[in-house]
Amino acid sequence: MAEGRTRRIRRRRVVIGTLAALLLAAFAGTLMFGQTFYPPGQVVRVVLGEQVPGASFTVGRLRLPRAVLAVLVGLCFGLAGVTFQTMLRNPLASPDIIGISSGAGAAAAFAIVVLGLSEVGVSVFAITGGLVVALAVYTLSFKDGVAGSRLILIGIGIAAMLESMTAYILSQAGEWDLQEAMRWLTGSLNGSSWTEVTPVLIALAVLGPVLLGHTRALGHLQLGDDTAAALGVRVERTRIVAIVAAVGLIAFATAAAGPIAFVAFLSGPIAARLVGPGHSLLLASALVGALLVLAADFCGQFAFGTRYPVGVITGVLGAPYLVYLIIRTHRAGGSL
Amino acid sequence: MTATDTRTTPDADLARRPAHVRTLWIAGTLAALAVVMAASVALGARDVGLSDIVAGLGGAESTLGEAAVKKRVPRTLLAMTVGAALATAGAVMQGVTRNPLADPGILGVNMGASLAVVTGIAYFGLTSPTSYIWIATAGAAATALFVYTIGSLGRGGATPLKLALSGAAVSAALASLVTAVMLPRNDIAGTFRMWQIGGVGGASFEKIGHILPFLAVGFLLCLLSARGLNSLALGDELAAGLGEKVVVTRAAAALGAVLLCGAATAVAGPIGFVGLVVPHLCRLVIGPDHRWLLPLAAVLGAALLTAADVVGRVVNRPSEIDVGIITALIGAPFFIYIVRRQKVRAL
Repeated sequence: MAEGRTRRIRRRRVVIGTLAALLLAAFAGTLMFGQTFYPPGQVVRVVLGEQVPGASFTVGRLRLPRAVLAVLVGLCFGLAGVTFQTMLRNPLASPDIIGISSGAGAAAAFAIVVLGLSEVGVSVFAITGGLVVALAVYTLSFKDGVAGSRLILIGIGIAAMLESMTAYILSQAGEWDLQEAMRWLTGSLNGSSWTEVTPVLIALAVLGPVLLGHTRALGHLQLGDDTAAALGVRVERTRIVAIVAAVGLIAFATAAAGPIAFVAFLSGPIAARLVGPGHSLLLASALVGALLVLAADFCGQFAFGTRYPVGVITGVLGAPYLVYLIIRTHRAGGSL
Repeated sequence: MTATDTRTTPDADLARRPAHVRTLWIAGTLAALAVVMAASVALGARDVGLSDIVAGLGGAESTLGEAAVKKRVPRTLLAMTVGAALATAGAVMQGVTRNPLADPGILGVNMGASLAVVTGIAYFGLTSPTSYIWIATAGAAATALFVYTIGSLGRGGATPLKLALSGAAVSAALASLVTAVMLPRNDIAGTFRMWQIGGVGGASFEKIGHILPFLAVGFLLCLLSARGLNSLALGDELAAGLGEKVVVTRAAAALGAVLLCGAATAVAGPIGFVGLVVPHLCRLVIGPDHRWLLPLAAVLGAALLTAADVVGRVVNRPSEIDVGIITALIGAPFFIYIVRRQKVRAL
């Protein structure tokens, strides 16, 4: 028993270490490769703040903020997604499927396109939108308790409504700018700069530790409310803190890069496969999310003849996985 | 779980509405459609006087007002045809799958048709409207089959939740693919919105003429299967016991529905929720008998989509809102309402 536990803990450490190393390698890779290659020495000098002709602009002004933003929003989506999935005990209950990302995205698009607000205002709108949608989905699916399947269906309905609202807001922008539209419909890192990085960094620095600090309580919640209470978890308080923190992460990330499709949904199950059962997935899922966004954005930029926004790549990757998950659950005789 | 009654109301009385009540409802809906049609010609982004309307209907286009009216006529007709087609397709899909959440939009069928057309334009150089319709119908059929197969795997068959989830997943994948196909091609990226959201703005008599034969066959197939759908509602075994050829009926009805939504999507893009809302409203007033339900759904669908288009044109003048956005805003709350009524098994 104790031996198995030690082995599992070691496996989790190995997985997290490997993921972190991979993330670091991918981060370095996206800084070096692109239209032109810059050797590691030059990249390091740029990152350290030295002026290197050519590299200072390409790496320092274009690639670095983009890569940093990719990692940050990936961490946010991965962390928030797995929090929802753990809390609602269902992989389908991730914020991008039940409409929370769409809510934050619609609010952010409204703040930017219609009201012309800047970073702080947009973040406030996005977080309000996300929380309102979370509350609405939860309230609407409440009927003699909340059935997971009802919550998911209602979330899908609300997401459909919010996405058409986003489309409407964008059409009000007068000129239908396809790049800008892509950002709010599927998520994109095009045109990233340090101004977008700062709010996400602050949100992650504040809310990330809050969620990680609740790791144990969230794990107990998975066993059911009564069991969790018996184990000394303050159920309602934990739930509210976790929801607010997770929605906050989603909202800040969405305000910066749009609702990048399926990252929140994919990260948790992938992390679960890697780490194995019985362990907290929060950190592993956050790392998977960051790796996903970074890799998908790099593929989108350079793997094809056209530059695809990151959300199109994760959308094309994520939807088949969703289909696969449904098929597998059905085959196994699960009722979803 | 797949309860045999697809009715929204368990009230048995409604199932046996007397014929004159049904006729009255159909007449009333037709009158409503006439009103909406008149509104659709009279109202729009530009204010026009009565004389302009009369002259425009007569074909004159010497003033801006008359020209506007002249453009609204095919638009109204297209909204009516598309609305009728989608509502009928929705009613038939709900009957075939015995699933109250079935709708060509929710099941991803419209998005499948959309992707097929976009792929055809981008990779196979399709240019003629008739070829759009063929490939749209093929895409709709393939998607419908795929979603139904995924949704019916495992225990309990195609439950509403499994079907809706499979539809939403497939729809999301297809929407991403539509984007992926269109983005690199500047020549067709201009029509991007149409293939993602759907609207009836670019209507012409020519376009309507192209889809009419397909719609006629589709409507005919659906109406011919109406009796069979009534038997199917009792469950496959009972229907077979009553002498119904279950597989044939189901295939014919599904083919009719796919033709309808494929052709509608080929000219108007993916429009959701009409096929969900209209059949439920119709069942509420006229009962679950498909022989009455399908015609009423067609008329009400035509009225609803035309009304939605009028709303989209006048709410925020002079800019227009695509009708696909309006139907989602009306339809999604209705979807939530139906989900809340359902007895969904807890996890």
